[in-house]
Amino acid sequence: MELYSLTIHELQEKIKNGDVSAMQIAESVFSRIDAVEERVHSYIRLMKEEALAAAAKADENIKKGDIQPLTGIPVALKDIVCTKGITTTCGSHILHNFVPPYNATVVEKLSAAGAVFVGKANMDEFAMGSSTETSYFGPTSNPWDLERIPGGSSGGSATAVAADECIASIGSDTGGSIRQPAALCGVVGMKPTYGRVSRFGLIAFASSLDQIGPFTKDVEDCAIMMNVLAGYDPKESTSVKTEVPDYRRFIGGDIKGWKVGIPKEYFVEGIDPEIAAAVKKAIAVVEKCGGQIVDITLPHTQYCLAVYYIIAPAEASSNLARYDGVKYGLRTADARDLMEMYTKTRRQGFGAEVKRRIMIGTYALSAGYYDAYYGKASQVRALIRRDFDEAFQQCDVILTPTTPTPAFKIGEKTDDPLQMYLSDIFTISTNLAGIPGISVPCGFTAAGLPMGVQFLAGHFEEGKLLQIASAYEKNAAIEKRRPTL
Amino acid sequence: MKLTTQDVEYVAKLARLDVTNQEKEKFTAQLNDILLYIDKLNELDTMGVAPMSHAIAVTNAFREDKVAESLGTQRALANAPDARGEFFRVPKVID
Repeated sequence: MELYSLTIHELQEKIKNGDVSAMQIAESVFSRIDAVEERVHSYIRLMKEEALAAAAKADENIKKGDIQPLTGIPVALKDIVCTKGITTTCGSHILHNFVPPYNATVVEKLSAAGAVFVGKANMDEFAMGSSTETSYFGPTSNPWDLERIPGGSSGGSATAVAADECIASIGSDTGGSIRQPAALCGVVGMKPTYGRVSRFGLIAFASSLDQIGPFTKDVEDCAIMMNVLAGYDPKESTSVKTEVPDYRRFIGGDIKGWKVGIPKEYFVEGIDPEIAAAVKKAIAVVEKCGGQIVDITLPHTQYCLAVYYIIAPAEASSNLARYDGVKYGLRTADARDLMEMYTKTRRQGFGAEVKRRIMIGTYALSAGYYDAYYGKASQVRALIRRDFDEAFQQCDVILTPTTPTPAFKIGEKTDDPLQMYLSDIFTISTNLAGIPGISVPCGFTAAGLPMGVQFLAGHFEEGKLLQIASAYEKNAAIEKRRPTL
Repeated sequence: MKLTTQDVEYVAKLARLDVTNQEKEKFTAQLNDILLYIDKLNELDTMGVAPMSHAIAVTNAFREDKVAESLGTQRALANAPDARGEFFRVPKVID
């Protein structure tokens, strides 16, 4: 067994026993990157020099007996979180040369926990996309079939874990951008409750929906990462001062007598038959573990996508107004006056999908349309949240498919934005309601593509998600396959 | 059609985006598709529903008024495409 293929908890065990050094782990991961990165393209930028220095430092600490939860663990960061002194592009031409003067809070926390940063992972430009095809730096391939997309927007963070180019990674999820690629790449991905993890230093897309979370190889690793990431941050006014439990204690707990809600709206036309079958099997596993299946309804599900495609672009159009060629990033070379500098810089700096969303958002917020679009969407959003509040009166957790289909071919949906948006149909409601969700692998299609099952819980109930996900993972005994690269 | 090419031009101007003629046509078609889909929301009666602007009810997130470390002029200007002295430099605003 190569070191790069192990989990955080397996490697931590070996470090504690003195069987391996942080340097050996880092070298193993970088040798794997040398072997597969050219085909997968998980990263926009590798941080080998910094990583080897951090590994050396970790080994010094280990010698002193100072072993933190992530000491010596190679972690990849989506290129949307600011890293002090390391270029952070958000997958965009407009930020191709941006060097942040500070670290995101999650970077500080991971660093304090001993993590070794491997590199900055590829992503859809400004996290707008479901396939990682809108990155200015080129697409990422799914390690299970290189002609297919890895999902998005945190595609590189998902493939880096799936292809063993890191041990765990950080992504961000605005409408499914962690859970959808996790499902399509066969790894675990969690979107925590809005406010659970600080967004300080996360480049903003849609501020009322964005949340940072981990990608890992198993559920226990997810708990380890959440222990490091979660918590209030005085620098981030929407982070919440709610106590953070030790998430690891939920691993291995049983779910006897738990009520597991199955929303009928998530099992309708358009869902791939292999995914429907795999999720049915997952329901049977949960039942075998002692879960009690209850039929529930989330009546406003069919409106989620429409609400999302007003709220997210509206917030984005406002957030992305800051890219004007003045303070950082790209500035056009040929402007005669200030207005022309703005309009040309933004034309040259943004890709088609980002422009499209800025246009929708600007339109939805413009004079005369605000009430009809943003106002209406915010009201329906309240109804969607109410659906979940009522559902959680009847059940402890909700079980759904993570995605309607397995990974599609690169280029298949790039010309049809609405078809692309439908990839997130099962994940968007979570962000609108602000609740946490986790995607766990639930098997493979006949063609060998991974599929995921999603669990949802009430606000700040990440512990419940980890408990049922770990019970499911243990009892489902999904075949341990690795992509052949 | 909810949106004409002229509307797209107007919105592009509001968004400070310079769009080519080809983009204008493409955006007009694509934005119309998306707006048509969004129209679905009008099926719902939302009379009296309070709009939700945030996922978690956090209000008045105050913190103590203490002086802390700040970025400083030099670091704040370090990424500027054009800076001089303590200022960001831009093309002429007024003739």
